[in-house]
Amino acid sequence: MENWIKVCELEDIPQLGARVVKGKSCEIALFREGDRIYALHDKCPHKGGPLSQGIVSKGRVTCPLHGMNIGLEDGRAISPDEGCTETFSVRIEEGAVYISL
Amino acid sequence: MQKLKLVVVGNGMAGMKVVEELLKIGPDLYEITVFGAEPYPNYNRIMLSPVLAGEQKFEDIILNSLGWYEENGIRLHLGKKVLRIDRQRRIVEAEEGMEVEYDRLLLATGSSPFILPVPGRDLDGVIAYRDIQDTEKMIETAEKHRHAVVIGGGLLGLEAANGLRLRGMDVTVVHLASWLMERQLDRHAGKMLQCELEKRGLKFLLEKKTEALLGNEGRVCGVRFSDGGEIPADLVVMAVGIKPNTQLAESAGIHCNRGIVVDDTMQTFDPKIYAVGECVSHRGTSYGLVAPLFDMAKVCANHLAMMGIGRYAGSFTATKLKVTGIDLFSAGKFEGDEHSEEIVLNDVAGGVYKKITIRDGKIVGTVLYGDTVDGQWYFRMLKEGQDIGEIRGNLMFGQSHLGNAGHEGRVQASSMTDDMEVCGCNGVCKGTITKAIKEKGLFTLEEVRKHTKASSSCGSCTGLVEQILASELGGGYSPKTSAEKPLCACTEHTHADLRKAIREEKLLSIPEVMAFMNWKTQNGCSTCRPALNYYLISTWPHEAMDDPQSRFVNERVHANIQKDGTFSVVPRMYGGITNPEQLRRIADVADKYRVPMVKVTGGQRIDLLGVRREDLPAIWSDLDMPSGYAYGKSIRTVKTCVGTEFCRFGTQDSTGLGIMLEQAFDRMWAPHKVKMAVSGCPRNCAESTIKDVGIIGVESGWEIYVAGNGGIKAEVSQFLAKVKTKEEAMEYSGAFLQLYREEAYYLERTVHWIGRVGLDYARSRVAEDEENRRALYQRLLYALSGERDPWKSVVERERKPLFESLMVEA
Ligand code: SRM
Ligand SMILES: Cc1cc2nc3c(=O)[nH]c(=O)nc-3n(C[C@H](O)[C@H](O)[C@H](O)COP(=O)(O)OP(=O)(O)OC[C@H]3O[C@@H](n4cnc5c(N)ncnc54)[C@H](O)[C@@H]3O)c2cc1C
Ligand code: SF4
Ligand code: FES
Repeated sequence: MENWIKVCELEDIPQLGARVVKGKSCEIALFREGDRIYALHDKCPHKGGPLSQGIVSKGRVTCPLHGMNIGLEDGRAISPDEGCTETFSVRIEEGAVYISL
Repeated sequence: MQKLKLVVVGNGMAGMKVVEELLKIGPDLYEITVFGAEPYPNYNRIMLSPVLAGEQKFEDIILNSLGWYEENGIRLHLGKKVLRIDRQRRIVEAEEGMEVEYDRLLLATGSSPFILPVPGRDLDGVIAYRDIQDTEKMIETAEKHRHAVVIGGGLLGLEAANGLRLRGMDVTVVHLASWLMERQLDRHAGKMLQCELEKRGLKFLLEKKTEALLGNEGRVCGVRFSDGGEIPADLVVMAVGIKPNTQLAESAGIHCNRGIVVDDTMQTFDPKIYAVGECVSHRGTSYGLVAPLFDMAKVCANHLAMMGIGRYAGSFTATKLKVTGIDLFSAGKFEGDEHSEEIVLNDVAGGVYKKITIRDGKIVGTVLYGDTVDGQWYFRMLKEGQDIGEIRGNLMFGQSHLGNAGHEGRVQASSMTDDMEVCGCNGVCKGTITKAIKEKGLFTLEEVRKHTKASSSCGSCTGLVEQILASELGGGYSPKTSAEKPLCACTEHTHADLRKAIREEKLLSIPEVMAFMNWKTQNGCSTCRPALNYYLISTWPHEAMDDPQSRFVNERVHANIQKDGTFSVVPRMYGGITNPEQLRRIADVADKYRVPMVKVTGGQRIDLLGVRREDLPAIWSDLDMPSGYAYGKSIRTVKTCVGTEFCRFGTQDSTGLGIMLEQAFDRMWAPHKVKMAVSGCPRNCAESTIKDVGIIGVESGWEIYVAGNGGIKAEVSQFLAKVKTKEEAMEYSGAFLQLYREEAYYLERTVHWIGRVGLDYARSRVAEDEENRRALYQRLLYALSGERDPWKSVVERERKPLFESLMVEA
């Protein structure tokens, strides 16, 4: 059973930008590209860089520390890099953003 | 939309490069059918030499596996030759009566070896050196027979001869000219090469014309020359040149002139038909090396994808022999004439010979033997037409004697063993790089960066990586100059094109630039967006939109990100001067926010390290000091010494000028970071000679130096001008910086920019042209007017929330 939690309004997340959600166990980065929102564990599989601080484009985020590209949809590093970071389900309802942990 | 039909004739390196590029930029446009006369998927032809020499296997040199064709939905017909093109019906006919329709046709038929028209050329055991089959035949023959004769002492012939020798044959190379590789080497280098190859057991017969091949029961048994001499031969390899495969095109009535004639868009005489590779003739030239063919392929793919930009304007090519242990490099017009001059270094005992041919102050050709480390450097200057006046005296000693940080000052890749580290940032060894080049079929620096990470961080090992590429790929490697490289994979345009369009079309936002310049991606990428953002705000200050999401994190949050995701805070201390009150505030902030480390930086100020993102606005507010821009492509510090105020040697008020400069140019964005210094006398305690702008006070005024660098590659700054007053020093420095801001490419520091355009250029615009200097300076002051301190605006305006995290209860 999914447990949806409201985190913010869509407007709170800048276009091609991100916000960080602090949960009890970990920090989650919410990314926005167009009207799509993606939620990823805010931790790069390479050396733990905060993905939320990277540049967003083409459905990926470029890690701010050493430039690895991570797919926003599946959390996988784009070839030839390797690695994977956890993703979370996101729902948008009446302009509000919900995530499921 | 119904897909168009693209038929490719020729499953070789050029044709498949077009297909690869096309799949990248227009994956859904075409239904692709490929015909290949050879029964193999596309392989790396240039690696046949290492295969023959026993250094690699056939499996290793496949570039596109059968699975690749399948995954990309390409219909592949192997072992099928196309026999006819019917241009009216737009159909190609292949062997066994097969017919396929096309909307676009690509001819990439390569070339065939030229076979000397001598009696006996059809005998068994007489072959050329072109494909896998020939190579297999040589390997087989080497097992059973003894005498090999290679006709032709060019690149291909020597690689064949070397391979056969390594496989145990007794090899004689027969050559018509009086020295080897006469089209790439001068006599001297040719003789050195011959000497080295003789030491390895090869024999040479020069100035010999082959008259007939002698046979015995259908198999070759000897070679006879025009002077009557004869030698035994069980195998004859003809390597006397190639001729473009144009029969198919010619029979279809397509204009050919030695090659298939194409224009700068790779279109043939029939607009539905394109051609690339060795089979074409472009502006009267046919190429026989992969680097130019790949350039053609890119342009061709662009036009097939209907993007309609990109022109192929011809290539300069360089040569390198792929015989392990022999270092040889050649490029351009190395044989001088009455208009040129030569610089020659000839170290007979050391086995080193270098010749650089110069015309009108520019390199037009070079031959290097024994020490080819600087080949790519000379080649790049040749291609860029760089004026070498300034460096002429040092040219022969190479780029390397200055040394790079991070790999033990090593400059020669060939002397490194496989387990030695090439890239100090990412810990990549030489062996990893050579392996990736061979196994993954890499051809460019970008590809090596992508696959191995070598040279992808600070870039100081780029030279070494280029050497490794050149030695693996022979002439197949061609370094790109920044002027001809597209900004990134999202566009075909170069930095220069983009700067020009933004200026001339008055483009004011990133989406406008992307629309106007036909961007291939919707939102660009982390390479192009920051560059475009800089070009916009530097070209149209107060008008263009500054887009925070197109800035790297540091510039977005006005602090430097650390390895653990925290940030550092460096407030400005103009000219390195502080006071007890500021120090007290810094100390209080450090206590209050539990800053883990307070450090004095190399830039004469104080760094608070390990600050949490959420605390940044509060710290800035408590500090109440301006941002030090330690995170930005902007003015960093102006280092000063004590000068006349206190120092017994001081001739000028260096501290005062330093503070003036830092205050005036504070908040100035630039293509890269900018560091300045002012010293009060030639003892130069502020290290002005390794700064982007360094000023040294002397009795009679100030000397201004520019384009120095103290980082990855230490580079001493060069003299720009001498002035009398502080005001003049401000104006000259400002004008120089504005020229840099307007014309350099993003991420190019002053030293690299000046390396590209020459100091004379900067001098002529800044020092010698008063009107222009004033105008530049005014434009800088205009750009800086009204710029607000970024920390203050975060604190005072509503931008704080972006620094805070959202809290949830789970
Ligand atoms: C703090 C400081 C070291 C220190 O503790 O003293 C420092 C720290 C960094 N330097 Fe530096 N550099 C510092 C002085 C220097 C100097 C010396 C100087 O300026 O007098 C140099 C050589 C001079 C030069 O730049 O020509 C220097 C050459 C570099 C380079 C190589 C630049 C080059 O073009 O070769 C980089 C990499 C880059 O910028 O791409 C770099 C990059 C960095 C970065 C920003 C790395 C990064 O991208 O995260 C470091 C940030 C550390 C952090 O987490 O905050 N740092 N760095 C110094 C800050 C000075 C200041 O007050 O602003
Ligand atoms: C041994 C060797 C070493 C080399 N070393 C280097 C080097 O170090 N550096 C370098 O830059 N270059 C080197 N070259 C040259 C380089 O390999 C060629 O320039 C390059 O492969 C040419 O590419 P292409 O696609 O134009 O032709 P090819 O690769 O020859 O491809 C053309 C293909 O088309 C097929 N074909 C022709 N006609 C038809 C038809 N009618 N129907 C169907 N198929 C057809 C051919 O069978 C062939 O497979 C070397 C070449 C050889 C042989
Ligand atoms: S502060 Fe400078 S030299 Fe030190 S590790 Fe960081 S980038 Fe390297
Ligand atoms: S931590 Fe993300 S690339 Fe290194």
